[in-house]
Order: sequence, then structure tokens, then C-alpha cells
Amino acid sequence: MRKLALNDEILLKVDKAARYIGGEVNSVMKNKEKVDIRFAMAFPDVYEIGMSNLGMMILYNMFNERQDVWCERLFSPWTDLDKVMREKKISLFTLESQDPVNIFDFLGITLGYEMCYTNVLQLLDLGGIPLLAKDRTETDPLVIGGGACAYNPEPLAPFFDMFYIGEGETSYDALFDAYKANKAAGGTREDFLLMACRIPGIYVPAFYDVTYKEDGTIASFAPNREAVPEKVCKQLIVDMEKEYRAIESPVVPFIKATQDRITLEIQRGCIRGCRFCQAGMIYRPTRERDVETLKLSAKRMLENTGHEEISLSSLSSSDHTQLNDLVTFLIDEFQDQAVNISLPSLRIDAFALDVMSKIQDVKKSSLTFAPEAGSQRLRDVINKGLTEEDILKGAGEAFRGGWNHVKLYFMLGLPTETEDDMKGIAHLAERIAEEYYEIPKDQRNGKVQINVSTSFFVPKPFTPFQWAGMYSENDFIEKAKVVKSEIREQLNQRSIRYNWHEPDVTILEGFLARGDRRCAEVILKAYQKGALYDAWSESFRYDIWKEAFEETGIDLDFYTLRERSTDEILPWDFIDAGVTKEFLIREWKQAHEETVTPNCRQRCSGCGAKQYGGGVCFESKN
Amino acid sequence: MKVRIKFTKEGSAKFIGHLDTMRYFQKALRRAGLPVAFSGGYSPHMIMSFAAPLGVGTTSLGEYFDLELTQTVPTSVIEGKLNSTMAEGIRVLSARAVEDAKASKAMSLVAAADYLVEFREGKEPEVPWLEKIEEFFALSSITVLKKTKRSEKEVDIRPYIYEMKPKGSQVFLKLASASANYTKPELVIDAFQKWLGCEPKDFCYQIQRLEVYADTGSETQHSFLSLEALGEKIE
Repeated sequence: MRKLALNDEILLKVDKAARYIGGEVNSVMKNKEKVDIRFAMAFPDVYEIGMSNLGMMILYNMFNERQDVWCERLFSPWTDLDKVMREKKISLFTLESQDPVNIFDFLGITLGYEMCYTNVLQLLDLGGIPLLAKDRTETDPLVIGGGACAYNPEPLAPFFDMFYIGEGETSYDALFDAYKANKAAGGTREDFLLMACRIPGIYVPAFYDVTYKEDGTIASFAPNREAVPEKVCKQLIVDMEKEYRAIESPVVPFIKATQDRITLEIQRGCIRGCRFCQAGMIYRPTRERDVETLKLSAKRMLENTGHEEISLSSLSSSDHTQLNDLVTFLIDEFQDQAVNISLPSLRIDAFALDVMSKIQDVKKSSLTFAPEAGSQRLRDVINKGLTEEDILKGAGEAFRGGWNHVKLYFMLGLPTETEDDMKGIAHLAERIAEEYYEIPKDQRNGKVQINVSTSFFVPKPFTPFQWAGMYSENDFIEKAKVVKSEIREQLNQRSIRYNWHEPDVTILEGFLARGDRRCAEVILKAYQKGALYDAWSESFRYDIWKEAFEETGIDLDFYTLRERSTDEILPWDFIDAGVTKEFLIREWKQAHEETVTPNCRQRCSGCGAKQYGGGVCFESKN
Repeated sequence: MKVRIKFTKEGSAKFIGHLDTMRYFQKALRRAGLPVAFSGGYSPHMIMSFAAPLGVGTTSLGEYFDLELTQTVPTSVIEGKLNSTMAEGIRVLSARAVEDAKASKAMSLVAAADYLVEFREGKEPEVPWLEKIEEFFALSSITVLKKTKRSEKEVDIRPYIYEMKPKGSQVFLKLASASANYTKPELVIDAFQKWLGCEPKDFCYQIQRLEVYADTGSETQHSFLSLEALGEKIE
């Protein structure tokens, strides 16, 4: 049996010891003497969150299929263990072998959201790895970042040796082969990084220099040595049958993960083109997995894990052309085995309601709509195709089917937003309530309840809104107040509940999302002053961040409030994410003209993703 | 068919809590492809009942749960299928067919349990203790302060200690374990240490449960039979 890195006394004192012991069903054990590369795959958040991340599990599975690689997992120790590890000087370890992370060849860190950046530093710090890449020596692991936030890696640039831009399936094999070749030839860390930066999708920040203008914007961004490519190209798989690396046996956590179920990825990308949505842009083109493969995959994963629930994963499940077939199969095949089926991101229509009534208790479930903006005008600006008519029709049908709970999601602070748009949120909620009370009393199911939630808009790189300015904390609060008081004016206000997210985290997220290399200083300072688990409201400390800005002299407003001009060099411009800048500029203009762009199946809008030679761009030409 | 599963929890598995152990077996039963019976309704669950919850940190060679299957399966097949899909530290020792009646539910049968208690290194009592066990066990009453959620009260635990003896450098205990008289091994050894004149140190025991018993005798004349022995093999 394995010897654990933490002794019994520590494990019995900390919350949920099973987070740190490994040994789960389907976790991979190998003989460390018989592999060439040891890869520590980290998620900078607590175990239950990290174990719910599909991308990380895909890579874990894929790396371990190689005989010469052993990939192990690690997660952020929770704050109780963090304290113990610092006091007792215990090194951060992986779950499988329980070996300290600083003896590994690679430390890979998944960057899923901006608010985990201080946890990235925690991983390095507790792992005994120098925080700055420039201070690392030949014996330190190579630190590589990937995931959605790697599309603007600049605020983290000094902490990483490499970033991987795009889907992991394509270039990791080449990276591992290069690593082995370099080791065999007796090459140095720098020799390897020079080889790595020429592998498609790999970005080595140390090989690029940035200069700034007097006004603080970027003057130049260029390689600082020969043979380093000027552009780093996003990686993606085109053939979802041949290149997709399906997981057959996901690791089954002992403790309940946030997603305590099988995640079946049914497609990548989204045809909709909402202008605020980063995922909808960077994962283009939309690529579906074949329904027969999906059926087989669902069956295998259920058999190999014993999970009692399966969830379909995609940005917009309703757009999968064979969804009906797949869902019908899942219900017929697995429902009598008491397997729950969960369908997030489903558009509410007759099909969805029929499916939902089969898979869940109508009385206990709710309908979710994400109109994102309160008025049709603003929905046109953001290119959200959902109309008021769609919502009222969907809600009406649902009400007649017995539902009486509705959840509505909106964003405040979108570009061009006016007071009317904010008030529109209240009016839409009111009309949904009225729709309910039009049903004769004897046919409806008690009172209706409408939950309205607003978050504050954060402009993200590689979206048509990447140039947009954000609002200040006070402006955001004012906006929420407008919505709140307008809801109180409505006839059915008692049926409408309103809640909004705190603006401070949003502002920081906006800063980190569009930051440049200089922002790293603030992250480091905040971490050193005790910021950790910023994504958790119970541990988020805005005061620490405020002090970090003050002490480093970095101007938060420059990064958040300012609207950029389209000719400014943006920190992430060196990445070719598939969608062209011309397209994004065109969309930014269309937004101001309140003009809707059709979805990819209606008409190609020439975003640039066609260059990859597959997916929805070529659907009709099959 | 009602089946009683006996399993171990050793090594790192001792850090998996009771509820997570239940979840673990629900998934393991599905992986094993056994014809498990479910309750009805919108969120059906497996019909299973665990005998006696085991505290986090305690290892065991004798854990039990009962399970309902929709058809008869040879007990050796159940053992084999489950053992082909176990995690490190958890092993199925046996599957036994048991009588399907409310009164024979694993949990309501539990009357006693065996334990081995070991002092962790450096946490032993500072006075000679192994040779004193017999004398302690010979006492006619052992009064301890039992804390409940509501109050503290003095209880004589001596009637609940059925056996206590040295085993190598460890202490073997057979303790009452029914819901009305459930006695924790820590409580007994703490009392023993205090009787020796020693203050129990923080975090000083590693405890292993060895077996769980039903009582087929009477209150005055116990006759303990392991839960496993109440069932039978089926071919």
C-alpha cells in the first residue's frame, strides 16, 4: 500500500482528508522507474472543483495512455491544510505517488478562470518551485499553463515557462518527444524551451519582449531571439471521430465532487456568436461528435465508473443536430437503471419540455432562460438570438405543463446599455409572471416564482467586446439598484426575486482578463499579502488586492474602465485564435449599429475559423 | 435476494467517511453489474443498509452492509465481481445470503464488536500498562463521564466490556455495540489510562475493528455470532 505524504494526525485534523489521499477507482498507478516523463497535472482550486474539470481529465487520460509518461493529479490544499503545510514545511505532493511535485519533469496547471491566479502561486510556493520562471534551475519542473485563460496568458507570463494555447490533443505528444530528445542529447532547460516554442501552440513568454508607450499601451511585442515564431497558433482537433481522445474510465472521487457524474462532451464550439462570449469565439468552429460514438461512450463510462448520473456537455446542447436521437437513447437505455440524465444549456422549446418531463420531477425543477439583456435592442447589440416571444412561448408551454419556477440570467454593464435596458429586465420578468396568471386558476400549480439574477459584464479577449470599457464599482451598484427598484414597481413583484453578484470580484476579474505582463506584479503582491481562493466569496479579500494595487502603483482603472481603440496593440494579439481581428472589429461595429449577425448554420460570417478545414463551416458541403 | 457483504477498510481508505463509503459501494455495485434493487420514485436509491458506521481514522477487517438484489446470484460470483472493481484498501471478504425480514436487518442485529487498540509511537502510558489490563478488567465497576450533546453524566461502562486482554503490544476488546449500549473503544482505553494514573495524550490510538456480532443468546447469557455467520453461501 502507498505511503501517504501527510501523517495521520494531519489528515485527521483537516477537513475532508479524502481530498489528499488519491487511490480512487480509475486513478492511474505506474512504476516511476519505468517512465521517462513524470507530469504533475494541477488544478488551482480545491479537489471537488478540480475533479469536475473535463479538460484536465481528458489530458490525464491521454497522457497516461503513453507508456513513457506518468501523469498524476494535484489540487490546491484547502486553507486549513495550507496553514499546516507552511508551518511544518511539508512539500506539495501529487495524489497518486504522493511524491513531492518539485521532482517532476513537468507541472501543468489548468487555468479555467481568472480568480484562481493566486492559487497558481500557492501551488508553486508550496511545491518549492521558484515563483518566477527566470529563477528556476535545471532541476525544477517545467511549468506549463493551459485552458481558457491561456488565451491571454500575459498577466501570468513571469510565472510560467510555457503556455499551451488551444486544445491539448494536438501538440503534447510532440512536446513530450522533444523533451525526451533534449534529455537524451544532454540539452539544457533553455535548449528544450527553444525546441518547444517551435511546436504549434506553445508559447514561451521569456522569448518575447514587450515595450510600452508613454500612455501605458503596448508599443511593441516581438520575439527576442531568432527562430522564435511571431504568432502562436491556437490548436484544435478537426476530426471529432479520429482525433478526439474519449475518456473511457474517468477517475471516481471518494468524496462528492461538484460534478458527481459523468460528463459526456457532445460538441465543441458554438454556432451562436454572442458578442460577449469568449468560449463562443475561441472554440470555433463548432464541431459535433457523432451520435453513435456518443452512445457507446456513455455506456462505457457508466459501466466503468458506476456513476448514477450523466450530463451532456457543450456550449449549446440544442444545436447538436442529433441531440434528439442521443437523448431518446439515454432515456430508453439507462432510465430503468436509475441513471439520472442532466441536460444543461438546453433551449426551452417543445422538445426540451418533453425531455425534461421525462427525466425530472416537474414540481421540483425549474426552467432556466438566459436572455442576458433586458431589452430587444440590447439583445441585438450582444447578438443574443433569444427573443421575448421565444421566452414567453417557452415559459407559457412550460407553465401549462406544470412548471412554476423560472430562473432568468442577465448581465448588467453591457456596451451601450441605457436605463431602459436595465428596466427591461424587470418588465420581462413581469410579463413572464403575467403569462402564468393567464392560465385558468384550476389549471395552474400554485404561485409562480421567478428568480432574476444579474452578474456584471466582464469584457474578454478574442470577443467583439474586447475593446469595451467596464464600469466602476459604484456604477455597477447603481445599475443593480435601478433593476431592483423597477422590479418593486411591477404588478407581480411578489412573485419576482432578485439577486445580484458583488461587483468587486467582477472588477478584479476584468483586470486579470485583459491585463498585460505588468499585472503579474499585482498578483504576486496580493498573494504575498495573503490573497488565496479569490474565487470563493468566504475567502476573497478585496482589501488585500486594493493594497496590492497601491503598493505596486499599478492603475486598476487603466485596465478596466478604459475603452480601447481598435488600432491599439492588445496583450494577446500575438495569439492566432482562429477568429480574425477584422471579424472582431466588424462585429464590434455591428454591435453599435444594433445589427444581428446570423448564426453559423444560417450564413457564414467569415470569422476566419474556416481555415481549419472542418466543423460547421463545411457541414453543408458534405 | 438479500445479501450481506463483509468488507475491509485499511490503509488510506480509513480516511473515507461513512457516507462516502456508502456512496463508494453504490458506485461499486453498479460497476460490478450486479442486479441491484431500487426503491421507486423520481430519485430511486439502492436498498441497502450498513451495520455500524466506522469513524474516520479507524481501520476495519469486519465491516458489513445488507443489500437487496432482484435475482439470486451465487455468493462467490458476487464476491468476485465486487473484488474486481475495488479501490486500494477496500476488499470484499464475503457475500452471504441472509433472511429477508425487518428484524434481521444488519443494523438492528449489531450487539457487539471486537477491536484492537494500538498506542501510536511515543504516545503510550508512561507507566507499565500491558500487565495491568487483567486487573482493570477484573474491576466490578468502571465509572466514566459520558458526554452527550445535551449533558454529561456518570456511567458505569464495565457491563459493556465483554472482553479485554493484551494481544502482543496491543489491547483486544470486545465491546457492546447495540444502539442502546454502544461503547467506543477510546472511552474504555481512556478510562484504563486514567485508572493507571495517566492522562491520555492527544491522538494516541490507532484502532482497528475486527468483527461485528449479533447476539443469539439472552441478556444474561450472551452468545455472539458474527454477522457473516448468520448468512449462508449460495451456489
